Amino acid sequence: LVNCQYSMATFSTSERKRRPRGDRKSQEMTMHLQQTFNAAILTSLHPRSQIDIFVEVLQSDGGNYCASVNAATLAVIDAGIPMKDYVCACSASYLGDSPIVDINYLEESSGSPEITVAVLPKSEQIVFLEMNGRLHEDNLSKVVDMAVKGCKDVYGVLDRTVREHVSQVGSSLET
Amino acid sequence: MDIRVSAAAKDRDTRSHVEEIENLVTPGDIITSDSGFMRGHGTYNSEDDRLLASVAGVVERVNKLICVKPLKTRYNGEIGDVVIGRIIEVQQRRWKVETHAKLDSSLLLSSVNLPGGELRRRSEEDEKMMREYLKEGDLISAEVQSVFADGSLSLHTRSLKYGKLGQGTLVQVSPSLIKRRKTHFHHLPCGATIILGNNGYVWICPTETEEMDQTGGYELNLKPVQRSDREVVARLRNCVQLLAAQKMQLYDTSVLYTYEASLNFKIKDILKPEIGLEILEQTQHRLEIEGT
Repeated sequence: LVNCQYSMATFSTSERKRRPRGDRKSQEMTMHLQQTFNAAILTSLHPRSQIDIFVEVLQSDGGNYCASVNAATLAVIDAGIPMKDYVCACSASYLGDSPIVDINYLEESSGSPEITVAVLPKSEQIVFLEMNGRLHEDNLSKVVDMAVKGCKDVYGVLDRTVREHVSQVGSSLET
Repeated sequence: MDIRVSAAAKDRDTRSHVEEIENLVTPGDIITSDSGFMRGHGTYNSEDDRLLASVAGVVERVNKLICVKPLKTRYNGEIGDVVIGRIIEVQQRRWKVETHAKLDSSLLLSSVNLPGGELRRRSEEDEKMMREYLKEGDLISAEVQSVFADGSLSLHTRSLKYGKLGQGTLVQVSPSLIKRRKTHFHHLPCGATIILGNNGYVWICPTETEEMDQTGGYELNLKPVQRSDREVVARLRNCVQLLAAQKMQLYDTSVLYTYEASLNFKIKDILKPEIGLEILEQTQHRLEIEGT
Protein backbone atom coordinates (compact mmCIF):
# COMPACT_ATOMS: atom_id res chain seq x y z
CA LEU A 1 0.00 0.00 0.00
CA VAL A 2 1.39 3.40 -0.97
CA ASN A 3 0.05 6.44 0.84
CA CYS A 4 0.78 9.92 -0.50
CA GLN A 5 0.13 13.40 0.73
CA TYR A 6 0.66 16.52 -1.30
CA SER A 7 0.59 20.04 0.10
CA MET A 8 1.79 23.47 -1.00
CA ALA A 9 3.29 26.10 1.24
CA THR A 10 1.48 29.45 1.32
CA PHE A 11 4.60 31.25 0.05
CA SER A 12 5.18 28.91 -2.90
CA THR A 13 3.46 30.85 -5.69
CA SER A 14 4.00 34.44 -6.75
CA GLU A 15 0.93 35.56 -4.81
CA ARG A 16 0.79 34.44 -1.20
CA LYS A 17 -2.31 32.28 -1.02
CA ARG A 18 -3.76 30.58 1.99
CA ARG A 19 -4.21 26.91 1.22
CA PRO A 20 -6.47 24.85 3.43
CA ARG A 21 -5.14 21.32 3.93
CA GLY A 22 -7.16 18.74 2.06
CA ASP A 23 -8.66 21.01 -0.56
CA ARG A 24 -9.70 19.57 -3.89
CA LYS A 25 -6.56 20.34 -5.82
CA SER A 26 -4.32 18.77 -3.19
CA GLN A 27 -6.54 15.72 -3.03
CA GLU A 28 -6.40 15.33 -6.79
CA MET A 29 -2.61 15.62 -6.82
CA THR A 30 -2.40 13.13 -3.98
CA MET A 31 -4.43 10.61 -5.92
CA HIS A 32 -2.34 11.07 -9.04
CA LEU A 33 0.89 10.58 -7.08
CA GLN A 34 -0.56 7.52 -5.42
CA GLN A 35 -1.54 5.96 -8.74
CA THR A 36 1.86 6.69 -10.21
CA PHE A 37 3.85 5.20 -7.38
CA ASN A 38 1.62 2.20 -6.95
CA ALA A 39 2.60 1.27 -10.47
CA ALA A 40 6.32 1.72 -9.91
CA ILE A 41 7.04 0.44 -6.39
CA LEU A 42 7.19 -3.32 -5.87
CA THR A 43 4.69 -3.39 -3.02
CA SER A 44 4.59 -7.18 -2.97
CA LEU A 45 7.94 -7.08 -1.18
CA HIS A 46 6.37 -5.11 1.67
CA PRO A 47 3.37 -7.17 2.76
CA ARG A 48 1.03 -5.73 5.36
CA SER A 49 3.01 -2.47 5.33
CA GLN A 50 2.31 1.09 4.25
CA ILE A 51 4.83 3.25 2.42
CA ASP A 52 4.25 6.99 3.08
CA ILE A 53 5.31 9.62 0.56
CA PHE A 54 4.77 13.20 1.75
CA VAL A 55 5.49 16.01 -0.71
CA GLU A 56 5.62 19.66 0.35
CA VAL A 57 6.06 22.24 -2.42
CA LEU A 58 8.19 25.17 -1.27
CA GLN A 59 8.46 27.14 -4.48
CA SER A 60 6.39 26.66 -7.58
CA ASP A 61 6.44 28.11 -11.06
CA GLY A 62 4.42 25.47 -12.90
CA GLY A 63 5.19 21.79 -13.24
CA ASN A 64 4.19 20.88 -9.67
CA TYR A 65 3.27 17.31 -10.45
CA CYS A 66 6.47 16.72 -12.42
CA ALA A 67 8.72 18.08 -9.71
CA SER A 68 6.85 16.07 -7.05
CA VAL A 69 7.21 12.83 -9.00
CA ASN A 70 10.91 13.35 -9.69
CA ALA A 71 11.66 14.28 -6.11
CA ALA A 72 9.65 11.36 -4.73
CA THR A 73 11.51 8.97 -7.05
CA LEU A 74 14.83 10.12 -5.62
CA ALA A 75 13.49 9.81 -2.09
CA VAL A 76 12.27 6.25 -2.66
CA ILE A 77 15.60 5.24 -4.18
CA ASP A 78 17.50 6.79 -1.28
CA ALA A 79 15.34 4.89 1.19
CA GLY A 80 16.24 1.61 -0.47
CA ILE A 81 12.63 0.70 -1.34
CA PRO A 82 12.63 -1.58 -4.42
CA MET A 83 11.15 -0.04 -7.57
CA LYS A 84 10.72 -1.33 -11.10
CA ASP A 85 12.49 1.64 -12.60
CA TYR A 86 12.86 5.38 -12.11
CA VAL A 87 9.66 7.41 -12.61
CA CYS A 88 10.35 10.62 -14.50
CA ALA A 89 7.73 13.21 -15.31
CA CYS A 90 7.66 16.14 -17.70
CA SER A 91 5.08 18.49 -19.14
CA ALA A 92 4.67 19.72 -22.71
CA SER A 93 2.39 22.03 -24.62
CA TYR A 94 1.65 23.40 -28.07
CA LEU A 95 2.10 27.11 -28.49
CA GLY A 96 1.85 28.95 -31.76
CA ASP A 97 2.79 26.21 -34.15
CA SER A 98 5.49 24.39 -32.24
CA PRO A 99 5.47 21.94 -29.34
CA ILE A 100 7.30 23.15 -26.24
CA VAL A 101 8.52 21.18 -23.26
CA ASP A 102 8.64 21.86 -19.49
CA ILE A 103 6.18 24.71 -19.33
CA ASN A 104 6.10 27.23 -16.52
CA TYR A 105 3.22 28.84 -14.68
CA LEU A 106 2.80 31.69 -17.19
CA GLU A 107 2.57 29.31 -20.14
CA GLU A 108 0.23 27.05 -18.15
CA SER A 109 -2.24 29.80 -17.42
CA SER A 110 -2.14 31.31 -20.90
CA GLY A 111 -4.84 28.94 -22.11
CA SER A 112 -2.73 26.63 -24.24
CA PRO A 113 -3.21 22.89 -23.79
CA GLU A 114 -0.94 21.16 -21.29
CA ILE A 115 0.05 17.51 -21.33
CA THR A 116 1.79 15.97 -18.31
CA VAL A 117 3.41 12.59 -18.73
CA ALA A 118 5.14 10.26 -16.28
CA VAL A 119 7.13 7.35 -17.77
CA LEU A 120 9.39 4.48 -16.77
CA PRO A 121 12.36 5.48 -18.93
CA LYS A 122 13.96 2.09 -19.66
CA SER A 123 10.84 0.46 -21.00
CA GLU A 124 9.26 3.74 -22.21
CA GLN A 125 6.01 2.76 -20.55
CA ILE A 126 3.68 5.62 -19.72
CA VAL A 127 2.52 5.46 -16.11
CA PHE A 128 0.47 8.63 -16.03
CA LEU A 129 -0.91 10.94 -18.69
CA GLU A 130 -2.99 14.04 -18.08
CA MET A 131 -4.18 16.73 -20.42
CA ASN A 132 -5.71 20.13 -19.77
CA GLY A 133 -7.15 22.27 -22.49
CA ARG A 134 -7.92 21.50 -26.13
CA LEU A 135 -5.41 20.09 -28.54
CA HIS A 136 -5.90 19.18 -32.17
CA GLU A 137 -5.40 15.46 -32.65
CA ASP A 138 -2.87 15.99 -35.42
CA ASN A 139 -0.55 17.63 -32.93
CA LEU A 140 -1.12 15.09 -30.18
CA SER A 141 1.60 12.60 -31.08
CA LYS A 142 4.18 15.36 -31.54
CA VAL A 143 3.50 16.84 -28.12
CA VAL A 144 3.44 13.50 -26.34
CA ASP A 145 6.72 12.52 -28.01
CA MET A 146 8.26 15.76 -26.85
CA ALA A 147 7.13 15.15 -23.29
CA VAL A 148 8.50 11.61 -23.31
CA LYS A 149 11.82 12.87 -24.62
CA GLY A 150 11.84 15.46 -21.84
CA CYS A 151 11.31 12.63 -19.34
CA LYS A 152 14.28 10.74 -20.74
CA ASP A 153 16.44 13.83 -20.31
CA VAL A 154 15.28 14.15 -16.72
CA TYR A 155 16.14 10.48 -16.24
CA GLY A 156 19.68 11.17 -17.44
CA VAL A 157 20.15 13.86 -14.82
CA LEU A 158 18.59 11.83 -11.99
CA ASP A 159 20.59 8.71 -12.84
CA ARG A 160 23.89 10.56 -12.97
CA THR A 161 23.24 12.14 -9.58
CA VAL A 162 22.26 8.84 -7.98
CA ARG A 163 25.34 7.12 -9.34
CA GLU A 164 27.65 9.88 -8.09
CA HIS A 165 26.05 9.80 -4.66
CA VAL A 166 26.23 6.01 -4.34
CA SER A 167 29.83 5.98 -5.52
CA GLN A 168 30.82 8.61 -3.03
CA VAL A 169 29.14 6.98 -0.06
CA GLY A 170 29.83 3.45 -1.22
CA SER A 171 33.55 4.04 -1.53
CA SER A 172 33.79 4.86 2.16
CA LEU A 173 31.78 1.74 2.93
CA GLU A 174 34.27 -0.44 1.11
CA THR A 175 37.23 0.58 3.30
CA MET B 1 28.41 27.96 25.10
CA ASP B 2 29.88 26.92 21.82
CA ILE B 3 28.61 28.70 18.70
CA ARG B 4 29.90 27.83 15.26
CA VAL B 5 29.11 28.98 11.74
CA SER B 6 28.59 26.18 9.25
CA ALA B 7 30.30 28.04 6.42
CA ALA B 8 33.46 28.26 8.48
CA ALA B 9 33.71 24.50 8.83
CA LYS B 10 36.26 22.83 6.62
CA ASP B 11 34.94 21.31 3.46
CA ARG B 12 34.34 17.74 4.52
CA ASP B 13 34.43 16.31 1.04
CA THR B 14 38.09 15.41 1.03
CA ARG B 15 37.67 12.96 -1.81
CA SER B 16 38.39 15.10 -4.83
CA HIS B 17 37.62 12.55 -7.51
CA VAL B 18 34.47 10.50 -7.48
CA GLU B 19 35.19 7.45 -9.52
CA GLU B 20 32.24 5.30 -10.22
CA ILE B 21 32.63 2.07 -8.30
CA GLU B 22 32.32 -1.20 -10.13
CA ASN B 23 29.07 -3.03 -10.34
CA LEU B 24 27.01 0.00 -9.48
CA VAL B 25 23.39 -0.36 -10.56
CA THR B 26 20.31 1.79 -10.27
CA PRO B 27 16.64 0.71 -10.43
CA GLY B 28 15.75 -0.61 -13.85
CA ASP B 29 19.33 -1.49 -14.86
CA ILE B 30 19.82 -4.86 -16.52
CA ILE B 31 22.16 -7.00 -14.44
CA THR B 32 22.27 -9.98 -16.73
CA SER B 33 20.24 -11.59 -19.47
CA ASP B 34 21.38 -15.04 -18.48
CA SER B 35 18.51 -16.90 -16.87
CA GLY B 36 20.74 -19.32 -15.01
CA PHE B 37 21.11 -17.13 -11.92
CA MET B 38 18.97 -17.09 -8.80
CA ARG B 39 17.35 -13.83 -7.70
CA GLY B 40 18.52 -12.35 -4.40
CA HIS B 41 17.54 -9.17 -2.56
CA GLY B 42 17.24 -6.05 -4.67
CA THR B 43 16.49 -7.75 -7.98
CA TYR B 44 13.41 -8.75 -9.89
CA ASN B 45 12.53 -10.61 -13.08
CA SER B 46 11.22 -8.67 -16.01
CA GLU B 47 8.69 -10.15 -18.44
CA ASP B 48 11.26 -11.41 -20.92
CA ASP B 49 13.24 -13.27 -18.28
CA ARG B 50 15.97 -10.70 -17.71
CA LEU B 51 17.30 -9.86 -14.27
CA LEU B 52 16.79 -6.19 -13.37
CA ALA B 53 17.90 -4.22 -10.33
CA SER B 54 15.22 -2.69 -8.13
CA VAL B 55 17.40 -0.62 -5.80
CA ALA B 56 20.49 1.56 -6.23
CA GLY B 57 23.57 -0.20 -4.95
CA VAL B 58 26.42 -2.61 -5.58
CA VAL B 59 25.90 -5.98 -7.26
CA GLU B 60 27.13 -8.94 -5.24
CA ARG B 61 27.48 -12.35 -6.72
CA VAL B 62 27.91 -15.55 -4.71
CA ASN B 63 28.12 -18.51 -7.12
CA LYS B 64 24.69 -18.53 -8.68
CA LEU B 65 22.99 -16.02 -6.40
CA ILE B 66 22.89 -12.38 -7.48
CA CYS B 67 21.76 -9.63 -5.14
CA VAL B 68 22.05 -5.88 -5.00
CA LYS B 69 23.14 -4.32 -1.74
CA PRO B 70 21.68 -0.82 -1.31
CA LEU B 71 23.25 1.87 0.87
CA LYS B 72 20.35 2.42 3.19
CA THR B 73 17.69 -0.15 3.81
CA ARG B 74 15.63 -1.70 6.53
CA TYR B 75 17.21 -4.71 8.17
CA ASN B 76 16.81 -7.97 6.23
CA GLY B 77 17.12 -10.80 8.70
CA GLU B 78 19.22 -13.89 8.20
CA ILE B 79 19.07 -16.95 10.44
CA GLY B 80 21.72 -16.73 13.14
CA ASP B 81 22.02 -12.95 13.27
CA VAL B 82 22.29 -11.21 16.61
CA VAL B 83 19.76 -8.40 16.94
CA ILE B 84 18.77 -5.91 19.60
CA GLY B 85 15.11 -5.01 19.78
CA ARG B 86 12.51 -3.23 21.85
CA ILE B 87 9.32 -4.92 23.02
CA ILE B 88 6.32 -3.11 21.61
CA GLU B 89 3.47 -5.49 22.38
CA VAL B 90 2.68 -8.40 24.65
CA GLN B 91 0.38 -10.83 22.86
CA GLN B 92 -0.97 -14.25 23.58
CA ARG B 93 2.08 -16.49 23.92
CA ARG B 94 4.47 -14.11 22.18
CA TRP B 95 6.03 -10.66 22.25
CA LYS B 96 6.24 -8.29 19.29
CA VAL B 97 9.71 -6.81 18.98
CA GLU B 98 10.73 -3.80 16.94
CA THR B 99 14.05 -4.40 15.15
CA HIS B 100 14.11 -1.75 12.38
CA ALA B 101 13.05 -4.37 9.83
CA LYS B 102 10.20 -4.13 7.35
CA LEU B 103 7.83 -5.94 9.68
CA ASP B 104 7.86 -6.41 13.45
CA SER B 105 9.66 -9.50 14.71
CA SER B 106 8.11 -12.06 17.05
CA LEU B 107 9.62 -13.54 20.18
CA LEU B 108 7.62 -16.66 21.01
CA LEU B 109 7.10 -17.67 24.62
CA SER B 110 8.55 -21.05 23.83
CA SER B 111 11.75 -19.43 22.62
CA VAL B 112 12.74 -17.76 25.89
CA ASN B 113 14.34 -19.12 29.02
CA LEU B 114 11.99 -19.02 31.97
CA PRO B 115 13.25 -17.10 34.97
CA GLY B 116 14.69 -19.52 37.43
CA GLY B 117 16.14 -21.46 34.57
CA GLU B 118 13.82 -24.47 34.73
CA LEU B 119 12.92 -26.44 31.67
CA ARG B 120 9.25 -27.28 31.48
CA ARG B 121 6.28 -26.93 29.17
CA ARG B 122 4.78 -23.48 29.16
CA SER B 123 1.47 -23.46 30.97
CA GLU B 124 -1.45 -21.10 31.37
CA GLU B 125 0.20 -19.32 34.30
CA ASP B 126 3.25 -18.63 32.18
CA GLU B 127 1.08 -16.80 29.67
CA LYS B 128 -0.39 -14.63 32.37
CA MET B 129 3.05 -13.95 33.82
CA MET B 130 4.50 -12.86 30.47
CA ARG B 131 4.29 -9.23 31.39
CA GLU B 132 6.38 -9.88 34.48
CA TYR B 133 9.23 -11.20 32.34
CA LEU B 134 9.26 -8.66 29.54
CA LYS B 135 6.97 -5.70 29.11
CA GLU B 136 6.57 -2.92 26.55
CA GLY B 137 9.65 -0.74 26.30
CA ASP B 138 12.21 -3.32 27.44
CA LEU B 139 15.33 -3.81 25.34
CA ILE B 140 16.48 -7.33 24.59
CA SER B 141 19.29 -9.00 22.71
CA ALA B 142 18.27 -12.08 20.75
CA GLU B 143 19.19 -14.29 17.85
CA VAL B 144 17.15 -14.84 14.69
CA GLN B 145 15.74 -18.34 14.76
CA SER B 146 13.78 -18.37 11.51
CA VAL B 147 12.18 -16.17 8.89
CA PHE B 148 8.45 -16.40 8.17
CA ALA B 149 7.08 -16.49 4.64
CA ASP B 150 6.18 -12.80 4.63
CA GLY B 151 9.67 -11.78 5.72
CA SER B 152 9.12 -11.19 9.43
CA LEU B 153 11.64 -12.68 11.84
CA SER B 154 11.22 -15.12 14.68
CA LEU B 155 13.69 -14.53 17.53
CA HIS B 156 14.92 -16.64 20.42
CA THR B 157 16.88 -15.94 23.58
CA ARG B 158 17.74 -19.47 24.43
CA SER B 159 21.27 -18.79 25.60
CA LEU B 160 22.54 -17.04 28.68
CA LYS B 161 24.25 -14.32 26.72
CA TYR B 162 20.90 -13.10 25.34
CA GLY B 163 18.08 -11.61 27.32
CA LYS B 164 16.94 -8.33 28.80
CA LEU B 165 19.46 -5.49 28.65
CA GLY B 166 20.07 -3.43 31.76
CA GLN B 167 21.88 -0.14 32.16
CA GLY B 168 23.61 1.21 29.06
CA THR B 169 23.25 3.27 25.89
CA LEU B 170 21.61 2.38 22.59
CA VAL B 171 22.91 3.86 19.32
CA GLN B 172 20.90 3.44 16.13
CA VAL B 173 22.85 3.26 12.87
CA SER B 174 22.15 1.93 9.41
CA PRO B 175 22.20 -1.90 9.22
CA SER B 176 24.59 -1.85 6.26
CA LEU B 177 27.35 -0.40 8.44
CA ILE B 178 27.62 -3.41 10.75
CA LYS B 179 30.22 -5.85 9.48
CA ARG B 180 29.30 -9.53 9.67
CA ARG B 181 31.68 -11.22 12.09
CA LYS B 182 31.82 -14.49 14.02
CA THR B 183 30.84 -12.83 17.25
CA HIS B 184 28.97 -9.63 17.93
CA PHE B 185 29.52 -9.41 21.68
CA HIS B 186 32.77 -7.65 22.46
CA HIS B 187 34.29 -6.95 25.86
CA LEU B 188 36.55 -4.01 25.20
CA PRO B 189 39.67 -3.53 27.29
CA CYS B 190 38.49 -0.07 28.36
CA GLY B 191 35.91 -1.62 30.66
CA ALA B 192 32.79 -1.60 28.51
CA THR B 193 30.85 -4.22 26.62
CA ILE B 194 29.53 -3.47 23.17
CA ILE B 195 26.91 -5.52 21.34
CA LEU B 196 26.74 -4.80 17.60
CA GLY B 197 23.30 -5.93 16.50
CA ASN B 198 23.03 -6.86 12.81
CA ASN B 199 19.91 -4.72 12.59
CA GLY B 200 21.88 -1.54 13.21
CA TYR B 201 21.19 -1.19 16.93
CA VAL B 202 24.40 -0.96 18.98
CA TRP B 203 24.30 -1.44 22.75
CA ILE B 204 27.06 -0.11 24.98
CA CYS B 205 27.18 -0.93 28.66
CA PRO B 206 29.75 -1.26 31.42
CA THR B 207 31.20 -4.75 31.75
CA GLU B 208 29.65 -6.93 34.41
CA THR B 209 32.29 -7.92 36.88
CA GLU B 210 30.41 -10.63 38.78
CA GLU B 211 29.58 -14.01 37.36
CA MET B 212 26.17 -14.27 35.77
CA ASP B 213 23.96 -16.65 37.71
CA GLN B 214 21.75 -19.17 36.08
CA THR B 215 18.79 -16.85 36.27
CA GLY B 216 17.91 -17.02 32.61
CA GLY B 217 18.89 -13.46 31.84
CA TYR B 218 16.18 -11.53 33.67
CA GLU B 219 18.04 -10.12 36.64
CA LEU B 220 18.84 -6.49 36.03
CA ASN B 221 21.74 -4.86 37.75
CA LEU B 222 20.21 -1.59 38.89
CA LYS B 223 23.03 -0.42 41.13
CA PRO B 224 24.17 3.11 40.26
CA VAL B 225 26.99 3.04 37.73
CA GLN B 226 30.25 4.80 38.61
CA ARG B 227 31.13 8.03 36.88
CA SER B 228 34.27 6.62 35.27
CA ASP B 229 32.27 3.79 33.70
CA ARG B 230 29.67 6.26 32.49
CA GLU B 231 32.37 8.36 30.86
CA VAL B 232 33.74 5.33 29.02
CA VAL B 233 30.25 4.48 27.77
CA ALA B 234 29.62 8.07 26.67
CA ARG B 235 32.93 8.25 24.84
CA LEU B 236 32.23 4.99 23.04
CA ARG B 237 28.80 6.22 22.07
CA ASN B 238 30.24 9.37 20.51
CA CYS B 239 32.81 7.28 18.64
CA VAL B 240 30.12 5.01 17.22
CA GLN B 241 28.08 8.04 16.12
CA LEU B 242 31.17 9.48 14.45
CA LEU B 243 31.88 6.29 12.51
CA ALA B 244 28.25 6.07 11.47
CA ALA B 245 28.13 9.68 10.29
CA GLN B 246 31.10 9.06 8.01
CA LYS B 247 29.60 5.78 6.83
CA MET B 248 32.50 3.63 8.00
CA GLN B 249 32.08 -0.04 8.79
CA LEU B 250 31.51 -0.82 12.46
CA TYR B 251 33.35 -3.71 14.05
CA ASP B 252 35.25 -4.20 17.28
CA THR B 253 38.64 -3.14 15.90
CA SER B 254 37.39 0.04 14.25
CA VAL B 255 35.46 1.10 17.36
CA LEU B 256 38.45 0.37 19.59
CA TYR B 257 40.87 2.34 17.42
CA THR B 258 38.49 5.28 17.27
CA TYR B 259 38.15 5.16 21.04
CA GLU B 260 41.90 5.18 21.53
CA ALA B 261 42.39 8.00 19.04
CA SER B 262 39.78 10.05 20.86
CA LEU B 263 41.40 9.80 24.28
CA ASN B 264 43.29 13.03 23.61
CA PHE B 265 40.10 15.04 23.42
CA LYS B 266 37.22 15.75 25.75
CA ILE B 267 34.21 13.50 25.31
CA LYS B 268 31.90 16.20 23.97
CA ASP B 269 34.55 17.49 21.56
CA ILE B 270 34.34 14.25 19.58
CA LEU B 271 31.06 15.45 18.14
CA LYS B 272 32.61 18.59 16.65
CA PRO B 273 33.28 18.16 12.90
CA GLU B 274 36.99 19.14 12.79
CA ILE B 275 38.00 17.04 15.76
CA GLY B 276 35.89 14.17 14.48
CA LEU B 277 37.66 14.24 11.13
CA GLU B 278 41.04 14.20 12.83
CA ILE B 279 40.11 11.19 14.93
CA LEU B 280 38.77 9.36 11.88
CA GLU B 281 41.90 10.03 9.86
CA GLN B 282 44.01 8.53 12.64
CA THR B 283 41.72 5.52 12.83
CA GLN B 284 41.73 4.94 9.07
CA HIS B 285 45.48 5.25 9.00
CA ARG B 286 45.86 2.68 11.76
CA LEU B 287 43.40 0.32 10.13
CA GLU B 288 45.26 0.49 6.85
CA ILE B 289 48.58 -0.27 8.52
CA GLU B 290 47.26 -3.17 10.50
CA GLY B 291 45.62 -4.45 7.38
CA THR B 292 42.44 -5.71 9.03
